Amino acid sequence: MKILLVDDSRTMRNIEKKILADLGQVEFAEAGDGEEALGVIGATAGGFQLILVDWNMPNMDGITLVNRIRSADKNTPLVMVTTEAEKCRILEAIKAGVNNYVLKPFTPEGLLEKIKHVLPAAA
Amino acid sequence: MKMSVKLIMPFVNSTINVFTTMTKIKPEISAPHLKEDAHMTYDVSGIIGFSGEIVGSVVVSFQLATAQSLVNALVGMEVDPQSLDFTDAIGELANMIAGNAKKDLGLMASIGVSNVLIGHGHTIGRLSAVPCVVIPCHTSAGDFAVEVNIKPAA
Repeated sequence: MKILLVDDSRTMRNIEKKILADLGQVEFAEAGDGEEALGVIGATAGGFQLILVDWNMPNMDGITLVNRIRSADKNTPLVMVTTEAEKCRILEAIKAGVNNYVLKPFTPEGLLEKIKHVLPAAA
Repeated sequence: MKMSVKLIMPFVNSTINVFTTMTKIKPEISAPHLKEDAHMTYDVSGIIGFSGEIVGSVVVSFQLATAQSLVNALVGMEVDPQSLDFTDAIGELANMIAGNAKKDLGLMASIGVSNVLIGHGHTIGRLSAVPCVVIPCHTSAGDFAVEVNIKPAA
C-alpha cells in the first residue's frame, strides 16, 4: 500500500509513519505542502491508496489541496489530520471530500481507528 | 490589565491534552498569573501568532534539558537539539497547543506558522497593550511555561 503524508512538520510525518507502519506492507511518500503533494501525486505511477493531509501549510493549504485532488479523483481515501477543530472547519473539509477527520493531538490507536474506517482491507 | 479566564482555560486544557496524548507525560499546572516583567529566562521557545477575532501570540518556553526530554518523548527517539528536527518538533508542540485551544476560545481565529527561538537565557517580551498570562507547567521531565498574550480583536 502506498501512503502519501502531507504536513509541513517533519516531526508529524515521522509520528504518522511510525504509527501507520502497523498497517503492514506500507510504502510512504511525503510532501511539506499542497503544491509539493500535487507534484508527488502526479509523479507516482499507480497513485496512492491513502493520503493524509494537514490543513495549515505554506504555499497551498490542505483544504485547497483536497479540492484540487477531488476535482480529478473521487476515489482515493483522504484523511485530514489537523488542529482545526471548529465544526465549520470539519464541515468544510467533509464538503471538500475528505473521508475522515483526525484532530491533533491523537493517540496511535485513535489515528489507526480512523484510518481503518476508510481502508476496509486494512481493518 | 486583566484577561478573562475564558481565554486562559482553553490553553491550560490544551497544554495538558497535547503533552499527555503525544508524549505520555502529563503536566501539572500551577496557578496562572499575570506577567509584569520579562525576568523568566528560557533556552527554547515555540511562538504562534493569532489573527482574526483574537490577536496576539502564545509562546511555550522551556529550559534546554526539559525541551530535549519532551521532544524525545514526542518523537520516540533521541533528537539532536542542534538539528532541524528538534526545531520542527518544538514548533509542532506550539502549533498543537494553540490549535487545540482555539476551538474553545469562543471566537473565530486563525493561527500562523510557528516560529522557534533557540538561545540560552532568552526572555519573552510582551505587548504592553495586550494582557499576558503565564501558565506554569511541571512535568517529570522538568518545568516549562505557556505564555498567553492575546485579546479579542474588537
